[in-house]
Amino acid sequence: MPAMTESDIYAGLTDIFREVFMDDDMELRPDLSAADVPTWDSFKQIEIIMATEERFGVKLMTREIDGLRNVGDLAAVVAAKFDAGTGAA
Amino acid sequence: MANAPSLRWLPPSPTFRAQLKAIPGLPMERAWESLVALANTRLDFIATNALDQVMRRVFADSAPPGLSTKPVRLALLGSSTLAHLHAAIRVAGVRRGIWITTYENDYGQYLQELMDSGSALHAFAPTEILLAFDAHHLVQGLHVGMDGEAAEATLQEVLGRITQCWQLARDTLGCAVQQQTALNVMPALMGNNEQRLPGSPRALLARLNEAMRPAADAHGVDLLAIDDRVAIDGLDAWHDPALWHRSKQEVALPAAPVYGDLVGRLVAARQGRSAKCLVLDLDNTLWGGVIGDDGLDGIVIGQGSPLGEGFSAVQDYARDLSRRGVILAVCSKNDEANALEPFDSHPDMVLKRADIASFQANWSDKATNIRAIAQDLNIGLDSLVFLDDNPFERSLVRQELPMVAVPEVEDDPALVPRLLADAGYFEGLAITAEDRERTGQYQSNRARASLMASATDLDGYLAGLEMQLTWRRFDSVGLQRIVQLINKTNQFNLTTKRHTEASILEVMNDPNSFGLQLRLLDRFGDNGIIAIVIGRKNADGPGGDVLVDTWLMSCRVLGRQVEPATLNLLAKEALRVGGTRLVGQYLPTKKNGMVRDHYAKLGFTVVEEAADGTSLSILDLDRFVPTETFITVTQA
Repeated sequence: MPAMTESDIYAGLTDIFREVFMDDDMELRPDLSAADVPTWDSFKQIEIIMATEERFGVKLMTREIDGLRNVGDLAAVVAAKFDAGTGAA
Repeated sequence: MANAPSLRWLPPSPTFRAQLKAIPGLPMERAWESLVALANTRLDFIATNALDQVMRRVFADSAPPGLSTKPVRLALLGSSTLAHLHAAIRVAGVRRGIWITTYENDYGQYLQELMDSGSALHAFAPTEILLAFDAHHLVQGLHVGMDGEAAEATLQEVLGRITQCWQLARDTLGCAVQQQTALNVMPALMGNNEQRLPGSPRALLARLNEAMRPAADAHGVDLLAIDDRVAIDGLDAWHDPALWHRSKQEVALPAAPVYGDLVGRLVAARQGRSAKCLVLDLDNTLWGGVIGDDGLDGIVIGQGSPLGEGFSAVQDYARDLSRRGVILAVCSKNDEANALEPFDSHPDMVLKRADIASFQANWSDKATNIRAIAQDLNIGLDSLVFLDDNPFERSLVRQELPMVAVPEVEDDPALVPRLLADAGYFEGLAITAEDRERTGQYQSNRARASLMASATDLDGYLAGLEMQLTWRRFDSVGLQRIVQLINKTNQFNLTTKRHTEASILEVMNDPNSFGLQLRLLDRFGDNGIIAIVIGRKNADGPGGDVLVDTWLMSCRVLGRQVEPATLNLLAKEALRVGGTRLVGQYLPTKKNGMVRDHYAKLGFTVVEEAADGTSLSILDLDRFVPTETFITVTQA
């Protein structure tokens, strides 16, 4: 299992957000949430989850997705998958 | 996770993001062309949405002016959320040069909107309607405990509601109707013999899909058969139960691009814009090996080898397509006589000469030949699909003729029929007796008039290939490969002189001789050793004559300026050994007709020519000016 640091996860998520929102300058912080980004609707939310699953080779469970409030939560869910040894980056 | 259904027949685009970003800055017409080109690459769900977003930013809600296709107003009517499918449907339209505007009913209100002439649906004034009902909606009213009679009544009621929608769409909106078949997401209750439980939702949906087929035919409705796609890709690829519970989207997001493409095929087919003709390469596409080099006995086709059976399967599929009305054509770099030989004489060939409506086998580039086929058959270039195993040729044709569909085929013929089927180029809505006869018609009507050589921007293409020719004199490392190439190359071979390791060693040790091995690299990769040249200074004759003992080249690199680049090297080496003239010899064989004029084309003067075609040509080295090419030449 390759190690996955917090900064690896943020780097991956930054790529994803930049692609989904088509904004090359987008910077992520843990407390960034849909309330801060006008175009972040439920649709984009699904794209982000889909791209995250693909990028990190993980599968997010319904209850995990329901519990997401911001970028920090998403990064934590991904990190937990790797700690549990189910990630496949 | 299940593999997402993908537009795998389209080539991936490594520069998608950059190209997409440039689009808003382009003039309208160029912006549309660029969108069409990007829509014809392997887009996933996110890329599809990004493309759609840029398209709507540039064109808002109106079709680009001057489109030759009919704009379509497509209303999606469903019982759950279809919002994630709009972009994929619009992009599938762009892929076919068709502008599609979409609409979706308010959640759950499809029937009310159909019936109410004051509804937003009626105000939208659709030209086509797609009805997409989710499985849970369709089985409402069914109870597992129902007996056979009650279940049958439920089935008829569901079918009745669906056909009522068809009639409403036709009568009140004058629309063409597409009906999505049910995605059978219901879990089995019985198992293998689910049909024995009449009230099983899974069994009911299976029967409904079956019953929809004759009903749709009777009503002139076209089915969007996603049940068929699921049988191919698997339910996991098409449906994500968690997504269903979260947002009532029955089709999984990763499947959206393929869903959209299925809709786009039907839309295009209704406008008569399905492809009409499958253009086939020959060597390593219809059979294994190279007919010009390997000969009739050497090519791989038919029973006896798995590879041969794979090629037979490709031919079977092509023949079956032709029997349902798809025209077949051949586009091959070959001498025509060689190319025709298997069709006429190989016992394992499925396709016969009579199956091919236009046969172009020569040494022109493939874009030129594909134009010739379109002209020959009098059909548009945009109705052609070109099948070729060679990535170089595919890329050339895509660049020169972007309107021709060029599927990204895998290297294994066994996988080709399904890829072609999945790509849906030949989407058909009806079958007529005329379709079945069409191949014959085209063939008899074929005008074999000579075709003007067309002005293709080959220079731009060649420059973009970033070709590098690396050469070295014969050496012991290359010895085996050199002997092998010399003894198996039949077509591009001026003298067809065979050599042994011993005779090659002689060349290496003789200060008055030289042997060159040439390797070609380009941005598609390494083509390996592609040419061999041997020169000998004539010790007895007029001092300074260098005889070209051997000049051979792999046909894969024809038309890429390797010939003049080779001549530049040959001239330099001849000067090095003290030569003043190059003497080129052509010795005709059954196979090497293509190089008959090789020396004349390179600026040699033909000094002798016999009746059988044998010729001798001379080049004065003191007056020779090396030809500029797009190839970078380096000594390894």
